[in-house]
Amino acid sequence: MKPAAFDYIRAEHLDEVLDVLRREGGDARIIAGGQSLMPMLNMRLAKPKTLIDIMRLPQLARIERNGGGVTVGAGVRQESLLAWSELADALPLAALALPWTGQVQTRSRGTVCGSIAHADPSAELPLVLCALGGEVHLRSAKKRRRVSAKEFFAGMMATNRADDELIEAVSFPANQGRCAFREVARRHGDFAIVACAAVATKDGVRLAVGGVADMPTTREFPRLETSARDDALNSFAYELNARDDVHATARYRRDLVRMIGAELMREVLS
Amino acid sequence: MSRLSASHRHPVQFTLNGEPCSGEAEPRMLLTDFLRHQIGATGTHVGCEHGVCGACTVEIDGKLARSCLTLAVQAHGCALRTVEGLAPAPDRLGILQAAFKRNHALQCGFCTAGILMSLDHFLRENPQACEQQIRDLLTGHLCRCTGYAPIVRAAMEAAREMAGDTVQEKSDA
Repeated sequence: MKPAAFDYIRAEHLDEVLDVLRREGGDARIIAGGQSLMPMLNMRLAKPKTLIDIMRLPQLARIERNGGGVTVGAGVRQESLLAWSELADALPLAALALPWTGQVQTRSRGTVCGSIAHADPSAELPLVLCALGGEVHLRSAKKRRRVSAKEFFAGMMATNRADDELIEAVSFPANQGRCAFREVARRHGDFAIVACAAVATKDGVRLAVGGVADMPTTREFPRLETSARDDALNSFAYELNARDDVHATARYRRDLVRMIGAELMREVLS
Repeated sequence: MSRLSASHRHPVQFTLNGEPCSGEAEPRMLLTDFLRHQIGATGTHVGCEHGVCGACTVEIDGKLARSCLTLAVQAHGCALRTVEGLAPAPDRLGILQAAFKRNHALQCGFCTAGILMSLDHFLRENPQACEQQIRDLLTGHLCRCTGYAPIVRAAMEAAREMAGDTVQEKSDA
C-alpha cells in the first residue's frame, strides 16, 4: 500500500523540530531512518499529518563517550554505531546485539533511537537499553527530561514520550559488567521469537527478555545453585505471560527463556 | 525550514547512476514509485512495500537502502545507484551480472535487481568476502525461485573474478 498524504518538513535546526512538535503534537511524527515508521505509513497503521525529517541535523548524528557512558544521538544510524571503533569496549552488549537488528540493508538507514522510539517488543535495541539500565533523553520546546528505559517503555509499541517531545538521544551507563546475548528467530534478521541479554551485576545477573511480553522485561537474579536457578528462571518464564502466535507457541517461548536464560547466566558468571 | 505541502507536487532532483535527473513528487510518494513512474527506471522492482523482500534495494549516497522505505523527497540532492548502472555498456554485462547468468542465479528475475545491488555494494567493500558473509547479506532478500544456492555460487565466483582470478567462460553460457 501507499502512505496517506502528509506534509513533509526537512528540518534544518533543532528549534524548528521542537516548534512543530509543540504546535502539532500528535499529528506530527519524526522520521529519521524510516525503517520502522515507513512500513507503518505504507500500511496506513500510522497516518500523521506532518512528517519532520531530522536526518539533516548534524548535531543529532553524534556518538559521545562521557565518563565511560555512551550517548547516541537521534540521527545515528545502526550501521554507524556498529562500525564505531570503540563499540566493543564501550558498549559490548550492543556489539553483540546489533548484528541481529534487521539486515545490512536496513541497518544502513535505520537509527538506534528510531528503533527505541518504535518500541517493538521483539526488537534488540530496546532490549539492550533495558538490560543496561539506559536512559532516553526527551526534549520539548519547554523542557528536557531523562527517563529510564524501564519507565520509558509502556507496552507494545507504546512509550511514555509526550506528543510534543523529541527523543534527542539515548544513553548507556558506564561500568557495564560481563554480558551475553542470544536470539532465536526463523531467519537471521527476522523479528526475534525470543531474544535474551544478560549482564553481570555485583550480586549476580540481570536478565532481559524480548519477544515474549509486550515490552522488554528485566529481572535481577542473585548467584544461585543450578536447581534454584532453574526454578527461578521457570517462574520468570511464566510471569512473562507468553502468547501463542503464528511464529511460535507460548510453551516454546517459555522453553527458550529457560534454556537461553540458563546458558547466558552460566556464560556471564563463569 | 522547508515545508512541502501534502497536496502539491514538489521538484525532486538527484543523480541516478551518475546522470542528473529530476521530476515532481508529492511528499508521500515512495522512491520506488518515483523511479519507476516518474523517471521510467523500471529496473528497480517493488515487492512487499514494507522493507522485507529486498526487491527494491538501491544505493543512496553510497549506502544500501530499501527504496520502498524511502520517500522520493528524502532522496532530493542525493546520489542514487540502481541496477541500470551495473552494466558497463548497453550490450555488455557487469562481472556480477555475467556470473548470475552463468550460474542460473535467477529464474523469474523479480528479486534479482535488489540482490545485484546488495552484492555489488558488498563486494566492492569486501573483495575477500566469504560464503558466510554472502549468506548473511542475502538474509535481506527473498527469492522464491532459486533456493539461493546458485546466487551464492554466482556471488563467490564474481568475488574471485573481481579479485583477479580468471573464470573459465562456459561455451553455452
